[in-house]
Amino acid sequence: MEFSAFDLFQAVVKGLLTGMVYSLMALGLTVIFGVMRVVNFAHGEMMVVAMYLAVMSFAALGIDPMLALIPIAAILFAFGYGLQRTLINRFINVPEHMQFILMLSVAIILVNVCLVLAGPDAQGVQLDYALDSFEIGELLIDKVRVYAALGAVVISALLYLFFSRTRTGKAIRAAADNHAGALVVGLDVNRLYAITFGIGAACVGAAGALTIMLVQVQPFLAVEYTLLAFTIVIIGGLGSLRGAIAGGLLIGVSEAIAGFLLEPSLKSVFSFGLLILVLLIRPQGLFGKAA
Amino acid sequence: MSKESKSGRGISRRQFAQVTAAGAGLLSMPAIVRHAIAQGNAPLKVGVLLPRSGVQAGLGQACQRGADIAEAVLNDLNYGVKIELLNADTESNVDIARTQAEKLINSGANVLTGAFDSGQSAAIAQVAEQRSIPYVINIAAAPQITEQGYKYVFRNFPTAPMLITDALALQKDLFAATGKTPKTAVLMSVNDTFGTAMQNGIKALFPKLQMPYEIVDVISYDPRAKDLSVEVAKAKATKAELVMPVSRLNDAILLVQEMVKQRYEPMGIVNPGAPGMYEQQFYKTLGKYSEFCVSNVPWLNPRSKMTPVLAKRFKEKFPNDLLELNVGFTFEAILIAADAYKRTKSAHPFAMIEALRATKIEDHVMVGGPIAFNSKGQNVNIKSAAVQNLKRQPVVVLPADSAAAKPVFPMPKWGAKSRG
Repeated sequence: MEFSAFDLFQAVVKGLLTGMVYSLMALGLTVIFGVMRVVNFAHGEMMVVAMYLAVMSFAALGIDPMLALIPIAAILFAFGYGLQRTLINRFINVPEHMQFILMLSVAIILVNVCLVLAGPDAQGVQLDYALDSFEIGELLIDKVRVYAALGAVVISALLYLFFSRTRTGKAIRAAADNHAGALVVGLDVNRLYAITFGIGAACVGAAGALTIMLVQVQPFLAVEYTLLAFTIVIIGGLGSLRGAIAGGLLIGVSEAIAGFLLEPSLKSVFSFGLLILVLLIRPQGLFGKAA
Repeated sequence: MSKESKSGRGISRRQFAQVTAAGAGLLSMPAIVRHAIAQGNAPLKVGVLLPRSGVQAGLGQACQRGADIAEAVLNDLNYGVKIELLNADTESNVDIARTQAEKLINSGANVLTGAFDSGQSAAIAQVAEQRSIPYVINIAAAPQITEQGYKYVFRNFPTAPMLITDALALQKDLFAATGKTPKTAVLMSVNDTFGTAMQNGIKALFPKLQMPYEIVDVISYDPRAKDLSVEVAKAKATKAELVMPVSRLNDAILLVQEMVKQRYEPMGIVNPGAPGMYEQQFYKTLGKYSEFCVSNVPWLNPRSKMTPVLAKRFKEKFPNDLLELNVGFTFEAILIAADAYKRTKSAHPFAMIEALRATKIEDHVMVGGPIAFNSKGQNVNIKSAAVQNLKRQPVVVLPADSAAAKPVFPMPKWGAKSRG
């Protein structure tokens, strides 16, 4: 079957919009790793928790996920901050495999709590504008995808401004660049780490609130999201903000093109193929620093 | 040793050993012997395996409703058979279906039924055959399940080729009845066991059935897909005039949602014998957009004497739910088991399979001839109907002699007032 260039362009636009939400999700993972060198295996689980919070706030109070995004990000920030302060901080200087086991344990606990509280069935939100589309000439883009992508762009920009313009952001970057130096100049590194973990969790919380507008949630989705976030940050470069954004867009667009031109069943095959290619050609990722 | 044991008020070491040995012996007996012991006036223990959670949860729960009212309906029909349901959730997962089947047999199930899905049903069929326990499939269309030479497996549901042959014939009837015929179609199908069987069946049967349109593309996707935007964009790009979904429930909803968002307006959405578009969740989620979709599937026979009895019990127990084919076929699976038990008066697997082979139930709830099984354990007498969504209800529109309304084709546009 032959398709026109416009059909392909439309698929690319959809892929870009989806990729923006992917980027926001992956930003949280890369921020935490970039500063603390802790690999958050509970990332997808945190995203699923945020999606459930969005479902609950919509069902109980009728709050649109775009608005619920702020309190949900705040809740996830508090959760991340507390988790780092009480638990993860004790594992900062231990061998990596112990960190992995710790984060996997947190992941298993989170997904099972979701299972107990929400059950195994898919749940979502039914927004009034869920089936509306924007029409630009012949180009049709569904509203929720545009809103989710715009939300992701705004949050990514705020995150960039935080790290580049604020004293706390600069202090976190300093601690990430030189841990001993940061201690010498009197920075409270443990507090900075807790803020970093909180910010990473808040990012994934915001991504969860936006994603629930596009897909339904069930507990077992968490593993898929963790895997997706890892794929994106490995392609982009673990620890790189630019890499997470580029990786998210690349995966979003490549999935859309592969699904459109080849076979929708091959979407994930294409993502993982891209991952293997990057690992072979540029193991540090597109924007990562070589070890 | 305590005084109690010596005086006979407690249990002696020898008695303990005897009791333990007897218990262990009973437990280690083959299931077949235990089932033989468990016969008589005891209720027939029916192991019901359904996907009540996971991606097929809505469909599994619909099937479960058919099982839940089965005993009451059989009592109303004076069947004189007691039923005890042993329910198990397959979690929409083939491996869990297999282990749950083992678990039910170990719990004393005399007969198994389920499991809505072809992959899960194939796994259960293997277990049933290995453990020599009769298995009556309620819903599963992959033809290979009854092509393995199994002795204990019986299917009261059409195979994919049967479904397709009936469904495509009904499509022709639909075009003839409305005077409108599409020239092109796109087949959008899940890529699981059922979807693959349907795709292969359509490819094989399509040339023989001389359909009036060309299939311009086949788009297959994961039934667990969370987003079908690319798939629908691809279908829209083909400009196909007819969309033929081989779907499940969640993806059928996603499919229509994306068609609305992308303003893809084909002449119709007519499935070639698949679930998804007549379930209650489809109507609830999509509202006016659920209207006018057509499912060419086996359906409840309103002219059967048994159907009103089933409908009455269903309405009493599930006043807010929809009586549809998942309920009907699951009820019929239990009816078949109960009928065999009634005739043989034994839950012994050998007796049960002999009785099942001799099944001939003239009056039952689904459209088609008497329920009877061929040498492969397949009921070949089931027929399909064209069921169109009209006023948020599945309504039989073809064949004309059992239609409750006239078919609407082409379907009105997404924004049309006639959608309500």
